[in-house]
Amino acid sequence: MTRTRLWALILLVLGGLGAFYLHSTYKTSPFKLGLDLNGGIHLTYKADTSKLPASEVAGAMATLKNVIESRVNAFGVSEPVVQTEESTLGDEKVHKLIVELPGVNDTEKAVSLIGETPVLEFMLLQATTTPGATTTSSVLIPTGLSGRYITTAQVEYDGQTSRPQVGMVFDKEGGDLFAKITKEHVGEQLAILLDGQVITAPTIQGEIIGGKAQITGQYSVQEANDLARSLKYGALPVSIDLIGTQTIGASLGSEALDASMKAGLYGFAIVALFLILWYRGRGIVAALALIIYVIINLIIFKVGGIVLTSAGLAAFIISLGMAVDGNILIFERMREELKRGKSRAEALAVGFSRAWPSIRDSNISSMITAVILYTFAASPLIKGFAVVFLIGVAVSMFTAVTVSRTLLGAFTKNK
Amino acid sequence: MFIVKNRIAFYILSILLIGASIVSLTMWGLNQGIDFKGGSSIELQQTASTTVAIPATNEAKQILEDAFPESTVRAYGEKGFLIKTNELTNAEQTAIKAKIGTVLPAYEVSRFDTIGPVLGAELKKKSVTAIVLVLLAIVLFITFAFRQVSRPVASWKYGIAAIVALFHDVIVPMGFFSVMAHFFGGYEVDALFITALLVVLGFSIHDTIVVFDRVRENLSHNSKGKNFEEVVGDSVSQTFVRSINTSLTTIFALVAVYVWGPETTRNFALALIVGIVTGTYSSIFIGSPLLVTMAGKIGKKG
Repeated sequence: MTRTRLWALILLVLGGLGAFYLHSTYKTSPFKLGLDLNGGIHLTYKADTSKLPASEVAGAMATLKNVIESRVNAFGVSEPVVQTEESTLGDEKVHKLIVELPGVNDTEKAVSLIGETPVLEFMLLQATTTPGATTTSSVLIPTGLSGRYITTAQVEYDGQTSRPQVGMVFDKEGGDLFAKITKEHVGEQLAILLDGQVITAPTIQGEIIGGKAQITGQYSVQEANDLARSLKYGALPVSIDLIGTQTIGASLGSEALDASMKAGLYGFAIVALFLILWYRGRGIVAALALIIYVIINLIIFKVGGIVLTSAGLAAFIISLGMAVDGNILIFERMREELKRGKSRAEALAVGFSRAWPSIRDSNISSMITAVILYTFAASPLIKGFAVVFLIGVAVSMFTAVTVSRTLLGAFTKNK
Repeated sequence: MFIVKNRIAFYILSILLIGASIVSLTMWGLNQGIDFKGGSSIELQQTASTTVAIPATNEAKQILEDAFPESTVRAYGEKGFLIKTNELTNAEQTAIKAKIGTVLPAYEVSRFDTIGPVLGAELKKKSVTAIVLVLLAIVLFITFAFRQVSRPVASWKYGIAAIVALFHDVIVPMGFFSVMAHFFGGYEVDALFITALLVVLGFSIHDTIVVFDRVRENLSHNSKGKNFEEVVGDSVSQTFVRSINTSLTTIFALVAVYVWGPETTRNFALALIVGIVTGTYSSIFIGSPLLVTMAGKIGKKG
């Protein structure tokens, strides 16, 4: 008896410490909020892998993810998410790319930056004189050499002027082509075009062997860096097609968060009030256990870095109602045992051991549901729901076994 | 126990409810959200700005309907609208945002979702798979959990009784949403609705398991030689208060989400409330009496 009371005291102190931890880290390490509560953009792309042999798809998707990640990082968003997903639809395998940009609102700009592929072309610049005219105009003649042949690109500095420039290395095929062009057109101008704009048009001094070229322009270091990176990661390994966009305004998100908090508080109050009115003293114990349940859950959300969505918060609020099920089962069982003339302590022990199989079985079935839900969740909203629901059910089972039992034992008169 | 004795009456009530739901579903169907059929939805919210005059809700709605004749416009939340259109390209999205800014400056776009048909088809497939898997897992689990109880009713029959009750819990909320959507508009069925159905399945099975568990226990202590019908009747009445109280606390929590929670989860909470009410009903009034019905003559031998 004394022992149970000691344990109960320890539990309450631990609960208090937990609450203190949550309170003191409220500002320093806030809960992770999903896009729907924070505002931002969620983009879903379908990758066209139909032209690739099956063995190369995984590699191509990994490269795609890297390329997009590097582009997204250049965006300067905090904590962007880039992930690939595979699902089957009929006989077809669908490969998807998902990009989340918290705090961003301009969908069009985001989409264009992500989907942007710089096109680099090399063309010969030839002056033509129109008969009868006094001026000469120039025409661009494609050479077939393009950014496709670039294996790597990096920022270099000009030996004489120390100006940043972008050095490129061609692959074998590109290098041969480059050598051929420079050999055949000595004295002519070779224009380098980025997205259709002539950047520079140096005169070819002689054949260039070795497959290396430089773009010298009036670049700042930053610009040269950006250009080098987009050339290097230039072409995507597979083409992507935007199949879904979601944009959530920041104000809508914060309103949803406020509403969820309000619902949580009122929900808790109503459930606790009901328990106390119906079960009196034991109801107070159950409400205490419920508070500890809330604290444990919140700590798991924080420490586990669980992303909370509006559906996740709804799951948490619903779990408040479901978590007391364990308590109610025990209480009802105790009531029966008391009616049969057992002492309070005996009634508690019997009530608990009889209620346990029900608590176990029913919670396991809820956990099965949660796991299936998580596996088949088609959106982060639903995934958020499933995770919180699963945690809630697991924690409620734990609190029913430990917290409720200990507290009840401690508050039960030994008669 | 009156519930087990009068089981035929409850069966009839359930058949009527299920029948009505099926009729409504076949006649009117469900109002599918863009999650399923693809398309764009645009949520507008009144701006906090005080520099522009705020038109009355009716006028604002009219303005939007005139501006976007191809789409449906309805009030959403306290101070907002929801416009639904076909799937829009990125450029079209920007154009629509600009147009809203011109025709209705007192409102701003707070949410813009576009979902292509590929995603919709995928969601449909995933939803069906998830529901089937949950049902299957539950039957297997119940068969396993009640494997020691083979007399007088085989353990798989507990699974079947549970599934019949569960079918009930899925079809009635669907019917409810179908009827509401037909008469009042809105009441969209989206990924969250499917989630609600799955949660209802989990919750209802909770209740059913608690009753069955009691049957299992009472059968093993059955010293007075009660027949199966009486044992089930006792079990139902012993777990009655618990089932109602647990459902009540959960419904209280859900009502809080419905009343004070964000607009996004309002329909979700409603689907859950309807589902949990039917789920509790089916566990108590259908699942357990079905055990007795399935036991048939064996039950009377005790």
